Parts: sequence; structure tokens; C-alpha cells
Amino acid sequence: MKVDPAGQDPELLRRLLRAKDRMDAASHEDWSIRRLARVSHVSEAHFARSFRQAFGVPPHRYLLTRRIERATALLRDSDRPITEIAFDTGWQSLGTFGRTFRDVTGESPSALRARAQAATNELGRVPACIVSAAHRPDLTIAVSEKRRRGADGKNKASTQEVRR
Amino acid sequence: MIQGIQQVGLYVRDQDEALVFYVDKLGFRVHTDVRNGDYRWLTVQHPDQPSFQLGLFTPGPPVHDEATAQTLRAVVAKGAMPPLVLDVADCRAAYERMRTLGVEFTQEPVSRYGNVDAGFRDPSGNGWKMIESRR
Repeated sequence: MKVDPAGQDPELLRRLLRAKDRMDAASHEDWSIRRLARVSHVSEAHFARSFRQAFGVPPHRYLLTRRIERATALLRDSDRPITEIAFDTGWQSLGTFGRTFRDVTGESPSALRARAQAATNELGRVPACIVSAAHRPDLTIAVSEKRRRGADGKNKASTQEVRR
Repeated sequence: MIQGIQQVGLYVRDQDEALVFYVDKLGFRVHTDVRNGDYRWLTVQHPDQPSFQLGLFTPGPPVHDEATAQTLRAVVAKGAMPPLVLDVADCRAAYERMRTLGVEFTQEPVSRYGNVDAGFRDPSGNGWKMIESRR
């Protein structure tokens, strides 16, 4: 990614932050580039590039990390059915949710739930709203890329998943 | 005397704007507002907390060179400064009052484990959590 040495205009960054805040507040909603660009008062053509330059990650990948983060919190802190959690966090199908969740976190939703609920809660003294961010997945590459690398590394017969 | 933290400072993009926000919208009071040329030392205080001052400073000369100031302005505008937490007696009432005054909320009040919290930003981008703790 090319970074302008002079940096981005703080006034633009403040408006891009507003789009990021809106995704944070409602990550289950559909966030088209058009909608996000409108929040930031930026043209659609510039929005994705500006956002990525500002926050180091493309807008939709950012949204994905927030959805996974929220699903993780719900899996850990509630006994709600996984299907319900999938739909509530913005996925259209349980299959897509399960596959994406596994690709991003390395374990299935049910495995994470079992492990997280068994672990003692050492973060009890940190405000809950802030704890959640500590569990945000650090998604530095695209999910498709992560999937590809995982398949290459494992050398398993799951290669039909790779080309989609 | 009571020992402890006397002041913590924030970077803001504009001190006049910040003063209006923290005083008129959040209900803080001005503690110190002193100028020396372009430099302005501005601190505010929560009315219930006379031993603590919140400094509202702009990055720039004579403290920072222009490149450093630009970096600091960008960091604040991206919301990358650490979270600030405001204790309130009634989060929902404070939310309604502040929202009417035009405060930019990033999260509506939510109940969690008996506490109620909401999130807002100052005009510069500094992020606050507002928490009503279980008493």
C-alpha cells in the first residue's frame, strides 16, 4: 500500500472515523461502500482507498473483524443457539458463518464456545465494552488468502474449497 | 494534602471548539485558561472532582515540530488515542441530555452485567465511554 508521506488530512480522517464508528455500532447491518462513503462525505471512488490508508485494513475486512468479535463475545457470554448468533451478527447463512469463523479464528464457533466458557474470566475488572475489543481478530490478510494458505499448509483433500 | 494524579491532557484539534464541548455539553468547568502568544494552556474540571484537571491542548509549536504535530492530529482524528471513561449516576438520562445538545454518540446506552454504558466522541475524535456502575 502506498502511503503519502505528508499523511492524510485530519479533517478527512475524522470523517472516515465516523464511518468506522457506524460499523462498530451496527456491524450486523449491510454496509455498502455507497452507504459508508455517504457517512464520511467522501466519493465512493475514494472511500475504500482512504479508509484503508487510514486504518490499515479495507472497510469490509474491518466489518468482518467486528462481526467475528461480536459473535465471539456472544458465544462466550451467552447460551444462545449458534444459528441465532450467526443471523444476529450479520450473516445470511449458518454455513458461511461457520466457515468464515473457522478461517479467521482457527476454530469452529462451537469449539470456541466450549473453550471460552471453560476459561476463567481474568478480565472482569476491565470495562466490558473495552474487553470486547481485546478479542477482536487481527485480520491482516484477506479471508480468501488465509483460506488458501491454510489449505496449502495442511496438504489435505480440502482443495475443492479453495477455488471458489 | 492528598497525593495523586493532578492532571491528564488530551490533544484536541481546536481549543475553542473543545472548550465549548467540554463546558457547554459535558458540564465541565474551566480551571485554567492562560495564553502566551500562540500557546494556550487550557484545563477543565468535572464539577464533582476539584482535585483533577483535564488538559485540552493542541499539537504544534513551540512544543512540537510541524511533522510531529501533523502525526498527533492524525492519531486523534483516527480515534486512536486510548479510551477515556466518565462515571455518571444515570447513563440513560445523561445520554438523552447530551444527545439533545448534539454530542456525537458512537454507542447508545447498553446494560451489561448490571452496569449501563454508552460511547461518544469529542469533536476532535477522542473516544469516551460513559458508565453508570452498579451501586
